[in-house]
Amino acid sequence: MFYIYCPYCGEHREEEEFHAKGQAHLARPKDPDACSDEEWGNFLYFRPNPRGLYHELWVHAIGCRKFFNIARDTQTYEILETYRIGESPKLSQSTDQQQS
Amino acid sequence: MTQSNRLPRGGRIDRSRPLTFKFNGQTYQGFAGDSLASALLANGVDVIGRSFKYSRPRGIIAAGAEEPNAVFQLGATEATQTPNVRATQQELFDGLVSQPTSGWPNLNFDFMGLMGTILGRMLPPGFYYKTFMFPQAAWDTYEKYIRKAAGLGRSPREPDVDIYDHLNQHTDVLIVGAGPAGLAAALSAARSGARVILADEQAEMGGSLLDGGYTLDGQPAAEWLKATLDELARYDNVLLLPRSTVNGYHDHNFLTIHERRTDHIGDRAPANHSRQRLHRVRAKWVVLATGAHERPLVYGNNDLPGCMLASAVSTYINRYAVVPGNRLVLMTTNDNAYRTAFDWQDAGREVVAIVDTRQGAAGAWQEEARRRGIKVLTGHAVIEARGRKRVQGAVVSGLSPDGSQALGSDQVLVCDTLATSGGWSPAVHLSCHTGSRPIWDDEVIGFVPGKTVQKQLAAGAVAGRFGLNECLEEGASLGALAATNAGFTAEPAAVPTAECRPETRPMALFCVPHHKRNSRAPKQFVDFQTDVTAAAIELATREGFESIEHVKRYTAMGFGTDQGKLGNINGMAIAAKSLNQTISETGTTIFRPNYTPVTFGAIAGRHCNDLFDPMRYTAMHEWHVKHGAKFEDVGQWKRPWYYPKPGETMQQALNRECLATRDSVGILDASTLGKIDIQGKDAREFLGRVYTNAWAKLPVGKCRYGLMCREDGMVFDDGVTSCLGENHFLMTTTTGGAAGVLEWLELYHQTEWPELEVYMNTVTDHWATMTIAGPNARKLLSELTDDIDLDRDTFKFMDWRQGTVAGVPARVFRISFTGELSYEINVQAHYGLHVWEKLFEHGAKYDLTPYGTETMHILRAEKGFIIAGQDTDGSVHPYDLGMSWAVKEDKPFSFIGKRGMKREDCVRTDRKQLVGLKTLDPGIVLPEGAQAVDDPNQPKPMKMLGHITSSYYSANLERSIAMGLIRNGHNREGDIVYYPLENGRVVEAEICGTIFLDPKGERQNV
Repeated sequence: MFYIYCPYCGEHREEEEFHAKGQAHLARPKDPDACSDEEWGNFLYFRPNPRGLYHELWVHAIGCRKFFNIARDTQTYEILETYRIGESPKLSQSTDQQQS
Repeated sequence: MTQSNRLPRGGRIDRSRPLTFKFNGQTYQGFAGDSLASALLANGVDVIGRSFKYSRPRGIIAAGAEEPNAVFQLGATEATQTPNVRATQQELFDGLVSQPTSGWPNLNFDFMGLMGTILGRMLPPGFYYKTFMFPQAAWDTYEKYIRKAAGLGRSPREPDVDIYDHLNQHTDVLIVGAGPAGLAAALSAARSGARVILADEQAEMGGSLLDGGYTLDGQPAAEWLKATLDELARYDNVLLLPRSTVNGYHDHNFLTIHERRTDHIGDRAPANHSRQRLHRVRAKWVVLATGAHERPLVYGNNDLPGCMLASAVSTYINRYAVVPGNRLVLMTTNDNAYRTAFDWQDAGREVVAIVDTRQGAAGAWQEEARRRGIKVLTGHAVIEARGRKRVQGAVVSGLSPDGSQALGSDQVLVCDTLATSGGWSPAVHLSCHTGSRPIWDDEVIGFVPGKTVQKQLAAGAVAGRFGLNECLEEGASLGALAATNAGFTAEPAAVPTAECRPETRPMALFCVPHHKRNSRAPKQFVDFQTDVTAAAIELATREGFESIEHVKRYTAMGFGTDQGKLGNINGMAIAAKSLNQTISETGTTIFRPNYTPVTFGAIAGRHCNDLFDPMRYTAMHEWHVKHGAKFEDVGQWKRPWYYPKPGETMQQALNRECLATRDSVGILDASTLGKIDIQGKDAREFLGRVYTNAWAKLPVGKCRYGLMCREDGMVFDDGVTSCLGENHFLMTTTTGGAAGVLEWLELYHQTEWPELEVYMNTVTDHWATMTIAGPNARKLLSELTDDIDLDRDTFKFMDWRQGTVAGVPARVFRISFTGELSYEINVQAHYGLHVWEKLFEHGAKYDLTPYGTETMHILRAEKGFIIAGQDTDGSVHPYDLGMSWAVKEDKPFSFIGKRGMKREDCVRTDRKQLVGLKTLDPGIVLPEGAQAVDDPNQPKPMKMLGHITSSYYSANLERSIAMGLIRNGHNREGDIVYYPLENGRVVEAEICGTIFLDPKGERQNV
């Protein structure tokens, strides 16, 4: 069970208070109507599944209700950093970059 | 029965407190301080179970958690039945009742034993895969007998009478195991002021120090042990948890501890005591001091009762004053096990011989054996045990120096106990729970904890350091390190020095060779609980299973409730040898939580009965109960389903409720609908982006229905949103969808459009909502309000008004889910019951009828209104529902779902579409989920057109009605489709529009 630092509450809290919401930094296309079916399909469904560093969106659902990002190692489950929406991660790697 | 194997003195038992217990229907006596296993051995009970596959008689092998055979069913009453209890870990109490879990129909002669003899050759590894696969339908039958024969125990048939607790703990240092290393670590950490939890699975802390024989600084070890425990008990920052097994090591240093608080006292916990407790510990640092398990040696018939672990024999002698036999043969690969022969001799019984597998073993231990007059055979091995229900002799042969071959002629040593030691396997289980792979160490001849990301240290035997002095020193220094890492100033505690005989190098031997090949030799058991032999492992590798994980699954090695604590290392080594690999290359299987079985009670804690899941009640709940409502669970809400009058069937009640509503007036408790208050200058813009329809021009005082879609264009929720003020809206959602919708709104606001100034919060529980619907709704409401103008032309359909109802402030919404003239009255929740009762006071003359969710469903279906989640399933977009009127495509912002529903597949004209369906026989109500076909006589699998989503009997229409999805259904009105049902019947139905009643909507506009 994860022990997650909420960057808004400034505290470590138990995983039970949070919901995982999938890949982070997945921006909604600015003009969806200009997207081809393939582009929209990629936005909707296709996600990388890296072994190692991965950036995820979480929400402190039973807490401050704020969304934030987690950089997590998918192999060891280590949480390497958590940061607010709009902030950039300190850690990044090419397989895990913003897609759009 | 007499305790024939009990020594007259010694041990840590209390001879002044005799205890009576039952095993397998027989009554025995033991003493306080006994384990169930030691008491059985004291009474000379040899056979305690039958083996899983071959039904061979089995006895007690070990003295701790690794015991594979003595796994019993406990409980004097039906409600206190507990399966899967290891007799070695169960403390004896007066009146304990235990049963063997294997050996059906009885222990000394059993059917499977006979079958096992006959079928012996027919039970190779993979037997279950090979035999019980076909026909599939027979599996139910097979399983019943396999389970019964396998002896897995059973669950109680009555509810558990005991209470169980959960406790959340935060600690600086958690130390697992209170042997020498753990105790030393605890001293160092405790003295620094760090919060320390020291957990040990045994009743008494001390680990190997309890087994006697050791001296520390010239004093008996018990003295240092007592002083240490006394000191630790004095610290406020230390929590000592005996009888507490650390069963799981989870991510981010989260560990679960299963504490058995009263299992040593009796069958049931004393009144108001919790029987067991699950500690959920978040530890800053963990020191694993879990020790090691002795490896048995693998040889022919090594499962005969009387074959035991050397260290277990010592434990029984020193701790429990029980010598489990008269004549001992000890086979060992190391010096350490010589101790068992000395203990045996000191107990006054005969040591026939020490069989040392090493060529020319010579050192302090051999010298001591000679001094004691014990015969030592070096370079020899016991290749086979002889006997029927107990060891009667040991066949000893010469052994080649590399341990690969039995040499020379055999001699048979007459004995009744055969203790073996193949060395020690570190108990690395916990370190593996988070995915860390243990590493093979040739020096240790065992796996030691591997690299981990957990904040974890390993001290003592678990790290491969078996010497008592090493354990004490490493414990002290790692305890200090853990405390330092957790932010304290800590020094290693000073530890005493043990006097130890120097040990010479042990030999790595995992399977004692027989003269015959393993496949022809007497069975050499590796895993006792699952009856896996050395030959079976070799066969598995010959059949092509090269990965140790596959070998495990094919042979079932390590699949028992003991998880192969005793046999796995031997098994892996045998597989490695058979595959011509090193053990390191072969690797291990993965140990998973839990280390030992945990009761469901401890896992559930207080989360059972009323506390299993939160239940949500509306403000009018008590009224519903009083008026005989049947309830339905919707999410966590208890909603009235229908209100049967005495003698009414459900359908009769529904018919009455439906007719009363359409003919006069009915009332529904709609409080559970999700309500989200939305405010801010951009609230209106926000609504326009999350709903499919237009919100820009909705004036204050008006309500509008809206659909919500996901980005893929599929409907996921719907509801009415009302404009309370220019920048203030009240959104309603489905009952079950409320929390999800709010989180979804926040997601878009926080991550996509943070620039929008909009705030939202749930107000579901703040309001009690009651819907009055029917032609007399206005008349009824007018009697309860004098400040709301109910005139049909000033308070129109889809308007809302603020005012007073029954003397309390209210918001009244003129919206309708029934198609009737309808008002939704919202008052603060604590006024809910008052207003509800006032409505009934005034409603009696209109025969005001309460109706529940089922009538609500029927009434809305008569009108073709959808229920999101029932008529939709995440694959249905608004056009499929025929709700293009709810989609405003020319909004300036590309609302959520717009692009999704324009995808190639979404614009096909032959998609499954929502239609109405009328059975040709109006009396038949189609089951929801029934699949439509065009031709009921086509061969199977038939081409399915879509399924029924909603189906009811409508008393108003005096016929059944249904809605369902039909491929290209919007273009097929008037067609007949067929519903082949499970019972073989085929129901014909005509495709029609979804609105069955009042298609022009006149009733709601009166």
